[in-house]
Amino acid sequence: MWTWFYRLASPPYVYRVTALLAPWFLGFAAMAIGYGLIDGLVFAPRDYQQGDAFRIIYVHAPSAWLSLFSYTSMAIAGAIGLIWRIKMGHAVAAASAPIGASFTLLALVTGSLWGKPMWGTYWAWDPRLTSELILLFLYIGVISLRPAFEDPGRGDRAAALLAIVGVVNVPIIHYSVLWWNSLHQGATVAKIGKPSMPGSMLWPLLSMLLGFMLFYGAVLCMRLRGEVLNRERQATWVREAIKS
Amino acid sequence: MIDGGFWSMGGYARYVWPCIGFACVVLAWNLWSARRFYAAARVRAIRALAMKDSP
Repeated sequence: MWTWFYRLASPPYVYRVTALLAPWFLGFAAMAIGYGLIDGLVFAPRDYQQGDAFRIIYVHAPSAWLSLFSYTSMAIAGAIGLIWRIKMGHAVAAASAPIGASFTLLALVTGSLWGKPMWGTYWAWDPRLTSELILLFLYIGVISLRPAFEDPGRGDRAAALLAIVGVVNVPIIHYSVLWWNSLHQGATVAKIGKPSMPGSMLWPLLSMLLGFMLFYGAVLCMRLRGEVLNRERQATWVREAIKS
Repeated sequence: MIDGGFWSMGGYARYVWPCIGFACVVLAWNLWSARRFYAAARVRAIRALAMKDSP
């Protein structure tokens, strides 16, 4: 197990493996998202309270979930880079940040568009919405902090530190609907016991969640290859890697 | 199955379709920017190697 872990610290290995994984992730992501969208938009029944507006869940919930997953991954990768001084940890964190930021923005925009017909407003300073907005600011902070230093190593460490400190916001976002009075509905899928959705609505949602996760994996692999090249461009292995 | 009712989304079309559209834009942007980022890194690496080789 540790051999596999140590291999992930090797830039040539990461560069090679990500090239192999990206097309597979992308292919399966396209299938899962395609099925989830068609099933969710065409075949899933109308919600008895929200009507067809509930179909926004098929893009809103996966993007919100991915925004949290991506941030947690970024913080863990940053911590690995800080604690074990593994350069690939910082590379993964740097590759993850713009993807997570874009999905946080998507979650905020789709949530806002869903909020208008259901709550009568595009925006409210609700705990869930506000903490998700703070997550977007944290992403922007992490993205901006890295190039703000002349020494890339210091930039990596500062960005990793901010990502780790900011990870406290992740459980706040998740539990905000339980801790405070919130306009936002509670957990639908991740409920202990039984999800509060029938299978005909739930399966396309799970497919979209899987599709978004695989898409994140594909884009992370593609960005990570660029990060590896940027950090290793003086290394001799890069010459062979670029030729192939 | 896909009739006028589908496109009107029970009167919520102006909320549902922009969400789907924006999701497609975000997915496409991620792919495009990742490819562009990799291509730019590759060009920089090729330049760095060429400079290293030059006498």
